[in-house]
Amino acid sequence: MSDAVDIKALAKLARLEVSDAEVAKLETEVPGILAFVETIQKVQVSVVATEDSLRNVVRPDDNAYEGGKYTEILLNAAPAREGNRIAVKQVISRKK
Amino acid sequence: MDLSKLTIAEARRALDAKEFSSVELTREYLSAIKEKNADIHAYLETWEESALAEANAADDRIAKGSIASLTGIPLAMKDNILIEGRIASAASKMLENYHATYDSTVTVKLKEAGTVFLGRTNMDEFAMGSSTENSAYGPTKNPVDTSRVPGGSSGGSAAAVAGDMAVAALGSDTGGSIRQPASLTGLVGMKPTYGAVSRFGLIAMGSSLDQIGPLTKTVADAKILFEAIRGHDANDSTSLPNREETVRKPKVIGVPRAFFNSGVEKDVLDQFEKKLALLQTAGYELRDIELPTAPYGLAVYYIVMPAEVSTNLGRLDGIRYGHSVQAEQLYDVYAKSRATGFGAETRRRVLVGTFVLSAGYADAYYRKAKAVRAEIRSEFVRSFESGIDAIVTPTTPSPAFTFGSKSDPVAMYAEDVFSVPVNLAGVPAISVPGGTVERDGKKLPIGFQIIAPHRGEETLFTIGEDVEKANG
Repeated sequence: MSDAVDIKALAKLARLEVSDAEVAKLETEVPGILAFVETIQKVQVSVVATEDSLRNVVRPDDNAYEGGKYTEILLNAAPAREGNRIAVKQVISRKK
Repeated sequence: MDLSKLTIAEARRALDAKEFSSVELTREYLSAIKEKNADIHAYLETWEESALAEANAADDRIAKGSIASLTGIPLAMKDNILIEGRIASAASKMLENYHATYDSTVTVKLKEAGTVFLGRTNMDEFAMGSSTENSAYGPTKNPVDTSRVPGGSSGGSAAAVAGDMAVAALGSDTGGSIRQPASLTGLVGMKPTYGAVSRFGLIAMGSSLDQIGPLTKTVADAKILFEAIRGHDANDSTSLPNREETVRKPKVIGVPRAFFNSGVEKDVLDQFEKKLALLQTAGYELRDIELPTAPYGLAVYYIVMPAEVSTNLGRLDGIRYGHSVQAEQLYDVYAKSRATGFGAETRRRVLVGTFVLSAGYADAYYRKAKAVRAEIRSEFVRSFESGIDAIVTPTTPSPAFTFGSKSDPVAMYAEDVFSVPVNLAGVPAISVPGGTVERDGKKLPIGFQIIAPHRGEETLFTIGEDVEKANG
């Protein structure tokens, strides 16, 4: 079922730039991995996946900490900063 | 001071008896690191100044009699466990200059105990690999035979302890990343029950699988370190509530022969059988059991884990922290930062994860894998409910391999065949030294894996110590 994997489309979904040389390599490696994991299709599953050990945990809806407490620490880690904001490139560009 | 014989328990005794101070002990380790690390490359960075200051503070505590189990004990930390202000890079270029903005919960616990942090250890990038060859900073060598890998991903932590450059270390285990390097370097390595140790401040790989755990020279040390880091944490939503466990003394050991009989090298299997016979002599009853779905564990793992990896690593996009490549378009900032920040294996797993979660494929891959995972978990639970106290297997199919010998990704993945079902089921397991086998004239250690029911760590320690005694 995974004979042809469109690596370029996948890379775009994953927000990952891939060179042509890497695409060629991945075009053999990724289907190889998928062929290996496909063996699970043979397993007949009888257990109803209740996963009672996994449950949503929520904290009370109040202030977990004082506002501004971590602002400087977190902004210091950012690659680009403008005042108290992380600076990013424009998301929507105007057509010229 | 003979560091090769030193354990946490022995160091504790000697520190309390004032035979040496924590400063003296720390200096010994720092000089051992200076001497050996250039060759072994266990540490990515050492923290000489702060380690000596911590040792000094620990000596004050010891003088005052305010002693915890790890006061003044020098440990190594895997490079994916956060210590505030310190670089935690997960051996990736992506986080090369990332300084942790907070302490992980295990760090808080160790600081409260008065532990000495010697440095951060090398690993496979983002804990993805079984050899440390995926580190962005070059591989770690196995101190037992430097032509061979120390295992991974916690290979640096294993080499630090096996190379007498730390008395013990913390690692993390998503599919075998503590137990496999322990096996390959002759140490004890333990993966706790999922939720027993907080994951808060552990750089996430596969969040439903990750656990922090100890790499030590003895089972007793693993227990000391585990007791020091375990416990409920409100900052980890999957953390288990604190509860006293009363575990009965283990008597019956399940042996899933059909699971491991094929694919294990013959002398590794022979060594394993020898240990089994010794346990029988020590009074255990051996019972053949079936785990029919366990052989599919590896395939399930290589769907669930990359899915979680691609999700967890989505946050690393060159915007908030970490490596960032500036570009004209926002998309290109993401795509270029990730392309140049992530190594080859990380990129591969991100793509596989994206594939198995993508529309049209998620049912056949991710959801099917989740269903098979539930089946595997249920098989373990049913075995334990049927009167089996523990299950044993070899930790790995073979001893340490040479650098570059597993360049095919799927061949490397096979290292984890006996360890991943444990993470999928969420049960605890320990690898203890299980004898040696000879390769190219060298005696190489192999591990003996013991698996217990959820929260059955005490069973691991009991049987682990009996294997140790049998080793003599």
